[in-house]
Amino acid sequence: MTKELIEATINGEPVEFLCEPRQSLLEVLRDVLNLTGTKEGCLTGDCGACSVILDGRVVCSCLVLGVEVAGGAIETVEGLAEGTHLTELQQTFLEDAALQCGICTPGFLIAAKALLDSNPDPSETEVRYALAGNLCRCTGYDKIVRAVMDAAALMRQRQSSSSSAKQGREA
Amino acid sequence: MATNTIDSSSGYRVIGTRPIRPDGVDKVTGRAKYGADYALPGMLHGKVLRSPHAHARIKAIRFERALKLPGVKAVVTGKDLPEGENKSVPLGEMSVNPRYLGHNILARDKALYQGHAVAAVAAVGLHIAEQALELIEIEYELLPPVMTVDEAMANSAPILDPELRNEEQGDEPTNIAKHTQLKRGETEAGFKSAQTVVEREFRTAMVHQGYIEPHNALATYGSDGRATIYCSTQGPFEVRGMSAAVLGVPVGSIKVVPAEIGGGFGGKTTVYLEPLALLLAMKTGRPVKMVMTRAEVLRASGPTSGSHIKVKMGCARDGKITAACVWLAYEAGAFPGSPVAAAAMTVLAPYAIPNVLIDAYDVVVNRPKTAAYRAPGATNAAFAAETVIDELAERCGIDPLEMRILNGAREGTPHPAGPPYRRIGFIETCEAIKNSPHYRSELNGANRGRGVASGFWFNAGMQSAAMVNIHADGTASVVTGSPDIGGSRASCAMIAAEVLGLEAEEVRPVVTDTDAIGHTDVTGGSRVTFATGMAVFQAAEDAMRQLKERAAKLWECKPEEVEFRAGKFFAKGNPDAPITIKELAKRLPRTGGPVSGRATVNARGVGPAFATTCIDVEVDLDTGKVEILRCTVAQDAGRAIHPAYVEGQMQGGTAQGIGWALNEEYVYDAQGRMLNAGLLDYRMPTCPDLPMIETIIVEVPNPGHPLGVRGVGEVSIVPPPAAVANAIYRAVGVRLTELPMSPPRVLKAILTHSGQPSATAWS
Ligand code: FES
Ligand code: FES
Repeated sequence: MTKELIEATINGEPVEFLCEPRQSLLEVLRDVLNLTGTKEGCLTGDCGACSVILDGRVVCSCLVLGVEVAGGAIETVEGLAEGTHLTELQQTFLEDAALQCGICTPGFLIAAKALLDSNPDPSETEVRYALAGNLCRCTGYDKIVRAVMDAAALMRQRQSSSSSAKQGREA
Repeated sequence: MATNTIDSSSGYRVIGTRPIRPDGVDKVTGRAKYGADYALPGMLHGKVLRSPHAHARIKAIRFERALKLPGVKAVVTGKDLPEGENKSVPLGEMSVNPRYLGHNILARDKALYQGHAVAAVAAVGLHIAEQALELIEIEYELLPPVMTVDEAMANSAPILDPELRNEEQGDEPTNIAKHTQLKRGETEAGFKSAQTVVEREFRTAMVHQGYIEPHNALATYGSDGRATIYCSTQGPFEVRGMSAAVLGVPVGSIKVVPAEIGGGFGGKTTVYLEPLALLLAMKTGRPVKMVMTRAEVLRASGPTSGSHIKVKMGCARDGKITAACVWLAYEAGAFPGSPVAAAAMTVLAPYAIPNVLIDAYDVVVNRPKTAAYRAPGATNAAFAAETVIDELAERCGIDPLEMRILNGAREGTPHPAGPPYRRIGFIETCEAIKNSPHYRSELNGANRGRGVASGFWFNAGMQSAAMVNIHADGTASVVTGSPDIGGSRASCAMIAAEVLGLEAEEVRPVVTDTDAIGHTDVTGGSRVTFATGMAVFQAAEDAMRQLKERAAKLWECKPEEVEFRAGKFFAKGNPDAPITIKELAKRLPRTGGPVSGRATVNARGVGPAFATTCIDVEVDLDTGKVEILRCTVAQDAGRAIHPAYVEGQMQGGTAQGIGWALNEEYVYDAQGRMLNAGLLDYRMPTCPDLPMIETIIVEVPNPGHPLGVRGVGEVSIVPPPAAVANAIYRAVGVRLTELPMSPPRVLKAILTHSGQPSATAWS
């Protein structure tokens, strides 16, 4: 099958890749670009293990074709941390023991990031519904929900202290 | 806090704390390598052709056209595998039947379930391999499928395996692979002395472990006859042994490298793809990678048995149970080996009942061969027994927890299938729930109810090996062969740190391959922190003994005169003492070389686990949907090494039990084709389906373990189905006797109960 040359931005970096029209974005990430942090659990859009952020929205990368992302911006789990500096979500997932086997974790981190980007102070119910597309079979979700709420609190704290610092400087 | 621990006045420094798991950073950054993440140069992709029929004779397989497709390198069928012996052979402490195992990997003359592997292909690309499957022609002669234990046990039932016999039916072909009976006392007399007798019949559906990561394997084979298999498995040594058995090659020629594993729950304790990938690698001389699709996982890996169960139980006026009869028939799947014997041994294990008769039947049906699933066999049986106990308690006017405490097993109570219990914590779990804020709270509102139930699991010991290496800076590594499926690296590191006076973060745990460590049985049976933990404890003590010898050498005293306290080595009257392990480590090269502690165990002293769970539900009378409002589980951990991961096991098992209770089931059509082989229709609990799961860790130390550990991985799955059923009864007055208690079934039961004619609209 003939391949197409696709240009996109992945985790902030420009990327070019060749892909067959039938290859999913998940397959491109994992098998073409060697970004294996994004996981495959079902290939039918039901488990969320393959979640990535595409142009600001969470998508199941198994349901997106590689050729569809031309010109798009993709965020994967590999792009969350800045260097060795983990995000609050990654940190609270560790501190709250929100992973057991960890196969669902990249998908949950992506879905939770998208939630907190748009809603910095979600209720437990809002968290649960935002994560409804991600299956975890190990944890019963309890510690995942707590980790997301704890990360939200840390992020609000950081934002209020940086904005009060800013105000302090301005004053 | 919703979580708490009872009796953790342990006096330990590291044990009982909650350090960040050592493999955590890799797992939140996407760096951790799971089986499907491996790739090798020149790698081929393998795919499996599976039977579309549940029961069919394979008359012919033609694959010449597939072989001609450019990029296809090999096709294999059952003819390429040697015929294994038809008898149970030991493998570690498990046993396998090589013939059944081999026939499940690739069918021979018969396909025995929809999804049964019939041929496999290796090609230069995944999609080429998929295309090649379509070019393979198979001629089938359809046979009538046998889908339930009732059908399979009927006199005129079609026979799956004409050679299958059981001891009781002599030379008659049968689908009953085995009948086990447990008996104590005289049940007839026991029922005579009962004031109240309840007799009920139950059915439970086949369910899957539902790990999110599909099965995978990558195999290489060299001209030197040596093979390596990379895969996500609970048991690398089992993969090695089973693959060797299926392929007829020496065990020592295979090395298994355990990748990170994305869940298993018992389902990854056997082999499916591993021998196939290796067979294809042997044929082609190239690395071969295989990964299952989700539909393949559901159709062709090993779910756990659906079952048909009857329970009769009687108690005296005061609530004391006088007799119990249990009849269990479990679907084994296409080959013998359901967990029904375990079901028989667990079903009444929480109770002291003088007169007991248990009959258990292992029955083959045209479904995938079942594999272990968290406390295998126990959940189906507990659903039945714990519902009947609830009904007895209600009839006697006794609180359901008091009923369990009154009849509960204690130290000295004989186990139904074995010797008396040593110190156990069953009563403590009931008391913990009884005193919990949840149970003491009032539950108000229409169609709401509260149910409790308990569960038992043996836990396992078996073989483990461990090494503890002291590094030049006084930190350490601990090497084991137990894949980490839910935090066991953390507990192993903590145990070693406790002994060596180090911080948990100063010990780096390593899970290594089958050539680099002594035989270590599966990560399963709740055994890793118990048995591998025991090996780690002993290996760390071995390292400590050597360290003391080195200090003694430095100080020219006797090793017995060296003491280790609060992280320092002391020797009376020595001016250089005390020194820390870090200072001593620097001097190892000049006192005899590296220090490496070792231990191997075949762990005895297993302490059984008990759990008691309380669940509040609300039932929607219009739809039959059951909502879980609140849930608390109390479990005896013996000793919680890392409490956060103990809670995690309790919560995860409870969630799986709730899924089993409410929605999960294999749905088949009349031809034996699975209708819901995807995660949309095989409905596991999602995040909005569940509340927070409150945990109470009970710690009644196991006298058989140096740290009191019992093992915590399994028992929490056992109580929820019965607890939910008992809660539904309290909510709407209807006793459910079939799993799952899905909306149509609950609605039908409610309508039937209230005598409404529309009850037949649902079935
Ligand atoms: S792999 Fe994409 S949703 Fe499951
Ligand atoms: S941690 Fe295993 S599936 Fe979520």
